[in-house]
This record gives sequence, C-alpha cells and structure tokens, in this order.
Amino acid sequence: MVSLKEIVKKERKLSPGHRLCPGCGASVVANMILWATDDPVVIGIATGCLEVSTTIYPQTAWEIPYIHSAFENAASTISGVETAYRALKKKGKIKENIKFVAFGGDGGTYDIGLQALSGAMERGHNMVYVCYDNEAYMNTGIQRSSATPLGASTTTSPAGSVIPGKLQKRKDLTYIMTAHKIPYVAQGSISHWRDLVKKASKAFEVDGPAFLNVLSPCPRGWRYDSKLTINIAKEAVTSNFWPLYEVENDNWKLTYKPKEKTPIENWLKKQGRFKHLFKPENTHIIDEIQNYIDNDWENLLKKCGLQS
Amino acid sequence: MVKKHVEVGTTAVAMAMRQINPDVVAAYPITPQTAIVQTFSQYVADGKVNTEFITVESEHSAMSACVGAAAAGTRVMTATSSAGLALMWEILSVASGLRMPITMINVNRALSAPINIHCDHSDSMGARDSGWIQIYSENSQEAYDNVIQAVRIAESEEVRLPVMVMLDGFIISHGIEEFKTLEDDEVRNFIGENKPKYSLLDIREPVTHGPLQLFDYYFETKRQQADAIYKSRSVIEEVSRQYEKLSGRSQPIIEKYFTDDAELMIIVLSSTAGTAKSVVNELRKDGLKVGLIKPRLFRPFPYFELAEALKNVKAVAVLDRSCSFGAQGGPLYIEIRSALYELVQKPLIKNYIYGLGGRDISLENIRSVYSDLEKIVKTGRVEKPVSYLGVRK
Ligand SMILES: Cc1ncc(C[n+]2csc(CCOP(=O)(O)OP(=O)(O)O)c2C)c(N)n1
Ligand code: SF4
Ligand SMILES: [Mg+2]
Repeated sequence: MVSLKEIVKKERKLSPGHRLCPGCGASVVANMILWATDDPVVIGIATGCLEVSTTIYPQTAWEIPYIHSAFENAASTISGVETAYRALKKKGKIKENIKFVAFGGDGGTYDIGLQALSGAMERGHNMVYVCYDNEAYMNTGIQRSSATPLGASTTTSPAGSVIPGKLQKRKDLTYIMTAHKIPYVAQGSISHWRDLVKKASKAFEVDGPAFLNVLSPCPRGWRYDSKLTINIAKEAVTSNFWPLYEVENDNWKLTYKPKEKTPIENWLKKQGRFKHLFKPENTHIIDEIQNYIDNDWENLLKKCGLQS
Repeated sequence: MVKKHVEVGTTAVAMAMRQINPDVVAAYPITPQTAIVQTFSQYVADGKVNTEFITVESEHSAMSACVGAAAAGTRVMTATSSAGLALMWEILSVASGLRMPITMINVNRALSAPINIHCDHSDSMGARDSGWIQIYSENSQEAYDNVIQAVRIAESEEVRLPVMVMLDGFIISHGIEEFKTLEDDEVRNFIGENKPKYSLLDIREPVTHGPLQLFDYYFETKRQQADAIYKSRSVIEEVSRQYEKLSGRSQPIIEKYFTDDAELMIIVLSSTAGTAKSVVNELRKDGLKVGLIKPRLFRPFPYFELAEALKNVKAVAVLDRSCSFGAQGGPLYIEIRSALYELVQKPLIKNYIYGLGGRDISLENIRSVYSDLEKIVKTGRVEKPVSYLGVRK
C-alpha cells in the first residue's frame, strides 16, 4: 500500500511550472498515475490540454521520455514504442524493464482516438492507456464530446432559448473497454487517490494492456472555483455519477461504495455548465439525469454481484 | 553471388524487406500492396526475420506506430497504396517533421472517387509536399534496389527523413519479371546497424519528442527540415554510387535514354518509361532524334539535372499519371517547367495526362506523342499545352 510519505520521496516525473490552469485536474491525474510505478516510464500524450500545457518549446515539464504525435493516435503511437522495446529486448539490446503509458483526453479517447485505442488494446500491447476525462474538448475551447454529460452547456452544445445544453447522454467508455477482455480496466477519481494509485499500479503490473478512465475536473469548462477541484471530483463519486470500480480478467468489483448517495442535483448546482437546468422549464432534465444515474448504478451493482 | 528470380513485384519488395530484417513493421492490407504484407507476414511466421509485426487496425495507426517505433530507436518499415496513404496523411508530416527515418513502399493506385484499384500516381503525388523523400521505380528490379537504398538514405546522419519508394500498382506489383537479389549479408552490410538518435528508450537521457512550437520556433524547425531534404540529394547520389559497386546496377537521379543528341524528349516516371524506351529504340532505327528521361527522384526534385539535360532539346513532352486539378498541368510538368525557367534557350514543352485509374498506355500512344513533338518543332508552337492521352472524348 502506498503512503503519502513514500510518494513525496519519489522522483518527480512531471515538473511543476507547466501551464495548466490553476486547479486543473489533468496534472493531478498524471502525477497520481505515475506515482504508481518505480520502473522507468515512457509516456505518450494526445493533443489536448495536458499536452500543450506541458511542452511549450523550448521548455518541457517532462522528466521522463515523452512523445506527442497527434490527437487521435496516442494509443497507436505508444503501441509502436512498446513494440520497438520488445524488438530490442529480444535482441538483447536493452536490459531495463520499462513501462509504457498513453494519456488522452476524452476527445482523444472517446471520440477521435477510439479506433486507435480499441486496436491497441485488442493487439495486447503491454501498455497502460489513461483517459483523463474532463468531459469536453477543453483545449479548443470547451466543445462537447461524447463524454459530455446530458444537459451540460458547452460551446457547441450551448444552452439556448430552445435547446437546454447537450441533448445526449454520455458514452460509457469504461464499459466499452471491458468488452475488449483485456487484463485490467478501471475507473478512478483524483478525490480517492489511494484507490486510484492502487488501480494504476495494478494497471502497470498486469501482463498486457490496461485501461484507466479518470475523471478530471476542469474549473474553466465546468465553471466552478478552481479551489474546489477535489471536492467536485469527490461528489461525482458519492453521487454515483462516477462510480469507482475495476474489472480484472472479467471480474467486476466495486472498489468504493458511498455510505450515502448524494443527490446529483447538489453536484450539478456547483457547476456553471449546468446552471440553465435549474430554470423551471428544465428541471425535468435533472430528474432524467438522476434516473439514468440510478439505473446505471443498479446495473453496475449487478455486474459486481452486489445488491443495492 | 547474384541470385535470379522470376516473381511478381510485390515479392521483390518483400524479399528486400526480408533481407533488411527491420526491427518493426506496422502495416495494413490494401490492394495492390497487400501481397507485400502477406508475404512478409509469412517470413515472420516462418522465422525468416526477427521483425515485430504490428497488425494495426488502420493505416493511420500504421504510420502512428511507425513514428512511435522510430522514436524508440528501431528500424521501421511499412507499405501501403492509395486510400491507405490518404488515411496516413496527417501522420506523414508528423513523421517528417519529427525527422523519423521510416521506409515506406507505396504501390501506386488511383484515389477514390470513383473507387478504382489500378495504377495512377494520384496517391503519392498528393503526398509530394509531406516532407518525405520520394523515389519512383520503373520495374521490380528497381523497386528492390530502391527499397534497400531507402533505408540507408533515411537513416543517414545528414538526412534523417522518411523515404517513400513507389512502384506501379498491378503493372509492376503483380507483373512477373526477372530480377536479381544480393546476398543477405551483402544487404545487411550495406545498410549497416541502425544508429538511433534521441531514443525514447534512453531512459537516462529523457527527451521530449513533438513539443508545441509556435510562431517563435516553428519556422526555424521547418527551415531545417527544408535544408535537410535539399541536402539529401548528395546523400542519395552517394548511396547509389556505393550500391552500384555492390550490384553493378547504376541508378542515377535521372535516367537518360538516348539523350545526347536528342531533339525530341519524353519525360515520364515509373513503368511507362519502359514502354517509352521501346518506342525510342524503334524510332531511332528510323533515324529520328528522340530520347527519354526518367526521373528516379521526385522529392527532392532534380531541377539542375533536368535543366542541364534539356538545354539543347527542341521539344519536350512531360507525361503525368495524375491530375493536379485546377493547376496548369500535372505535377511533373509543373516542376519541369519551373526547372527550365533559368535556361536562356528553352525547349518547347507540352504536358500529357495519361493512364488515370490504370488506363493502358500503348506503344501507339507514345508514338503519337513523338509525332506531336515533331509537329510542334515544325510550327514552333505548342497549341494545347496540356492534353489527355488515351481518353475517350
Ligand atoms: C485531427 C484533429 N482534429 C482536431 C484537432 C483540434 N483539437 C486539438 S485538441 C482538441 C480537443 C481535445 O479535447 P480532449 O481530448 O478532451 O482533451 P482536453 O483538451 O479536453 O484536455 C481538438 C478538437 C486536432 N488537433 N487534430
Ligand atoms: S481548460 Fe480545463 S482541462 Fe484545460 S488546462 Fe484549464 S482547467 Fe485544465
Ligand atoms: Mg477533454
């Protein structure tokens, strides 16, 4: 079990001084994941906030080998790096045990990079793919993605006088990844760091591909005060909007069960992106959101062999 | 020891790949390239190479994996055609911009729509500004030779750029021809060990590949890249000189066929040069001063060599197997016209678009081009600078 004391002693992989917004969840996700292994790590990042904010030439915040190629190909790029490693290892040209990790935002993962991700997972590369899910295309100015929740206002699903924000539900990517029958799939949150680091270390340890979906609150896009990031992440979990679970070799396990479910309304209220839902003509959408969260939760419990 | 083979063109390419024995191949099937990856997969399955073969789910991922594997310091190859090359588009310029020495074989095939599986050069011509070195092959022998040289060129210290080797779809890829191969160890000695630079796997010297460069640095990086491809010309020449010593086959940047005293010249890439050579032979017997130039390199473009070779010619016909829609002629023609600009005495020049979607180009077609050139010289005028050869009205 990792302790905070050990963690602070670890060598830094992502330096401070990068240009992510104050309170951004993305660097917290990256740090927590990278704490989870003591082996050398090579990282690949898809185009997006985490990438542009950490590598503004001639500076770089990365103290580990890093590659960015494009928006939709973090998975295929790292699959190439990992294969190169195997080729050299086979020939005895490399001795160390190296780990490989790809990071993509929700846009680079749920949407444009889904094919490359699916392909890389199916091929069985020994790599970890991490989606830091901030529920929209933040880098280009808060456009909706298939991870954007129902009702959220984004710049391409704005709340207007006729349309109340995004009309569609979010895609359940973690579930899609479980259908790849890879050794390890998990959903985590930076509010539950012990749980997240443990999941990340499992992901690094399994032989074969692993996928982690981590909620990454974004004060700019979600419109809340930047000091609230961890609280927002926590309430996403306690409301069952973002349940914490893992699927290890087809074995579903809930890793955290809120003592008492908090109503989704409270979570929505804290974020400017849902402000319009509180107008009388839109409150039915809040009910709709609550209903589908409850429904998804029931289904998840069943998969985990639990009862509510 | 020279070995002779009588096989299809894709086998010649796969054999070169077997001898190169790259660390990593990432490729996706598409007609007419498929036979290359199939043959190569069998080599992998039979342990004839120790390559790691990544069976990617698309060409976009093929090129992405190649970039990753090259950044990790391995020798990397891939092959594609047409729609596959088009799907790689975005990552082609990432590969060249990150200076990744990847070797790719592109078996030329027309672009959709209409969908068509046969040869023209619209795929690779569309990629002419992607920063890749582009080498065109006339036949299976040249494809084999070019693939081996491409590895040396790409990895050379002064170049460090990706190289694309072209051969004509079906005509060469599926045509059975005789070609000669070198010994395995000759090829291995010729290409040498891959000496990676700034490898991602060098964990003691971590590097950041692909950072964000804005108006303050991007331009300088691109300028360096432009210089590198410009300077690659001398490396390409040196590599072919050394290869000639090994193989006995000379492969100049532009091949000149009966050009010394030629007054009427055709310039054409790839397999059509073979057809045109036989027409030259025939017309030479009749005493006509006809000649042929086949550029082997399209990027970097051999401007000086072409201007020099054309300075005493009376009329030139440039044959393009692709359309640059809305431009003043095909890509080869546009480049050659530009190459001639500095000449005091310029030849008359005409462009023919031919062979789109695999339309056959006959001896008769080539004869008609030379006879057009004769008329042009007689009248001193090019009436229609760009016309189509072998198309129905
Ligand atoms: C092929 C391609 N299409 C579009 C873009 C523009 N683009 C860059 S980043 C981005 C959004 C990134 O969103 P996400 O993956 O969620 O990461 P975030 O910025 O939210 O962290 C978009 C649309 C691009 N770079 N490449
Ligand atoms: S816009 Fe959001 S995701 Fe992007 S850096 Fe700022 S807080 Fe982070
Ligand atoms: Mg996002």
